[in-house]
Amino acid sequence: MPRDTRKGGRGFLERTTAGFVDAMEHAFYAEQPARADGLLQHMDARVKLVGILALIVSAAAAQRLSVIAALFVVTVALAALSRVPFSLLLKRVWIAVLLFTGVIAFPAPFVTPGEVVFQLPGFGWKVTAQGLVSAGYLVLRVETAATLCVLLVLTTPWNHVLKALRVLRVPAVLVTVLGMTYRYLFLLLQNAHDMFESRRSRMVGELNGRERRKLAAASAGVLLSKTFDLSSDVYLAMQSRGYRGEVPLLDDFRARSLDWAMLAGFAAVSVAALWWGR
Amino acid sequence: MNNSNGAGPVPVFEVCGVTYRYRDVTALDHLDLTVNAGRRAVLLGANGSGKSTLLRILNGLAFADEGTVRFCGKLLTEDAFENDGFGMEFRRRVGLVFQNPDVQLFSPTVFDEVAFGPLQLRLRVDEVRRRVSETLEMMEITHLKDRSPHHLSMGEKKRVALASVLVLDPEILLLDEPTSALDPKSASRMIDFLVRARGGAKTIVTTTHDLDIVEDVADDCFVFHEGRIVAEGPPAQILGDTALLKSTGLLHSHLHVHKSGEVHAHSHLHRHEH
Repeated sequence: MPRDTRKGGRGFLERTTAGFVDAMEHAFYAEQPARADGLLQHMDARVKLVGILALIVSAAAAQRLSVIAALFVVTVALAALSRVPFSLLLKRVWIAVLLFTGVIAFPAPFVTPGEVVFQLPGFGWKVTAQGLVSAGYLVLRVETAATLCVLLVLTTPWNHVLKALRVLRVPAVLVTVLGMTYRYLFLLLQNAHDMFESRRSRMVGELNGRERRKLAAASAGVLLSKTFDLSSDVYLAMQSRGYRGEVPLLDDFRARSLDWAMLAGFAAVSVAALWWGR
Repeated sequence: MNNSNGAGPVPVFEVCGVTYRYRDVTALDHLDLTVNAGRRAVLLGANGSGKSTLLRILNGLAFADEGTVRFCGKLLTEDAFENDGFGMEFRRRVGLVFQNPDVQLFSPTVFDEVAFGPLQLRLRVDEVRRRVSETLEMMEITHLKDRSPHHLSMGEKKRVALASVLVLDPEILLLDEPTSALDPKSASRMIDFLVRARGGAKTIVTTTHDLDIVEDVADDCFVFHEGRIVAEGPPAQILGDTALLKSTGLLHSHLHVHKSGEVHAHSHLHRHEH
């Protein structure tokens, strides 16, 4: 078996970097649904951002489980109309959120006082109806909000999300910094990955833990130095094209009748959820 | 290019006794050079000979420790760039394309990248859009306009980087190793662009160590070695001086296999079919 396929031959840092690079590549392919022919994909990014934020706020503020459940159904309907595969949502959001919030919500049915609905066999722990509802609130709220966030990201190219942030009066400098961070994160991770690969291609035998730590520290230093050089050069390249501290952006969004209708729809659902969920 | 009254060449850049140091390393050592308007100057030199440093100084991104640099008769100093009017005018007239396109491509999409310069120069938005579209078309990269720069090939990145400068329609173009790391087809596109600029309104300063492209892209050659200019002249003269090219690390002997099967070491310029 070639050495580079042996997981045991790679240090923690190296495996982590490779994982990040894979995740970044995955992030690129994750933009594929953004090019699909669906409802959210056809919408103006500003309307989508504002509308989805409104739904998230409604889900967070609603005090009735049925209202949060209704918002979740709306979210699932949006996903279906936008041709986002449920299998993707299941793997990326629903299972992950269930596991994560499940751990947090797990004690609630046992520690919340109220009407006992059943007793856990063997342990004798009492599960209360109020506790189940509390856990349900937490899980359903987070599932709904996370699904909405992922829908926004999956159906909108990242650069459109950034530009739409300007609608919310996020300062242009911050939007630019976010965009540049996303852009150069790929480059620096690829650099780090290439460094590890090239080092491994010149190594014979295994390194012990001390040597690995030493190499990891040296690599981190080199990468930091490269990052510093890169940031200096990027700044010079910006200066060279006239940058003097301000970042005007091109706003090429055009709201059409569908966008206004969807904005009205989002507003209606959010207001209704806030009203019924009081 | 001569003065309109025929009085002689018009200097765009006049570099006099320039020294530049990176801490203890001297990158440029009392260097003198003049680039005249309308000429295509090539700075030839091995890696680390100071070519890229000079381009940054000519672009007002670095300033000499000693000596002076004049742009159209005006001293290029940090103080001069404090004046917004001069800074904007200079950036409009002089464009630099970096060797590593990744440092130059920082915007989310190719369209935004090419629009960055015109927006910085406070052009009207409709004018920016028109210029960007025309430049993308000229560089044959319109199909890339919505792509993110980090997903482009090196050849595409170089073309986008060049477009991001050409969109400003600069009179003076500074190109740092424009054909490095390019495959033959992409390099050929870049050379075509430089050849088309022959006799044009633009002054072009190109750094390279690729001797194959010099005759096509240069009117004047300056040979760099250890931070100094050791020779200057027309391409034919410089390329014909084998001793000079060897002594400056631009030419070396290496093993060749000939059709007869004979293997021996000698130096010569490599030529490619076009």
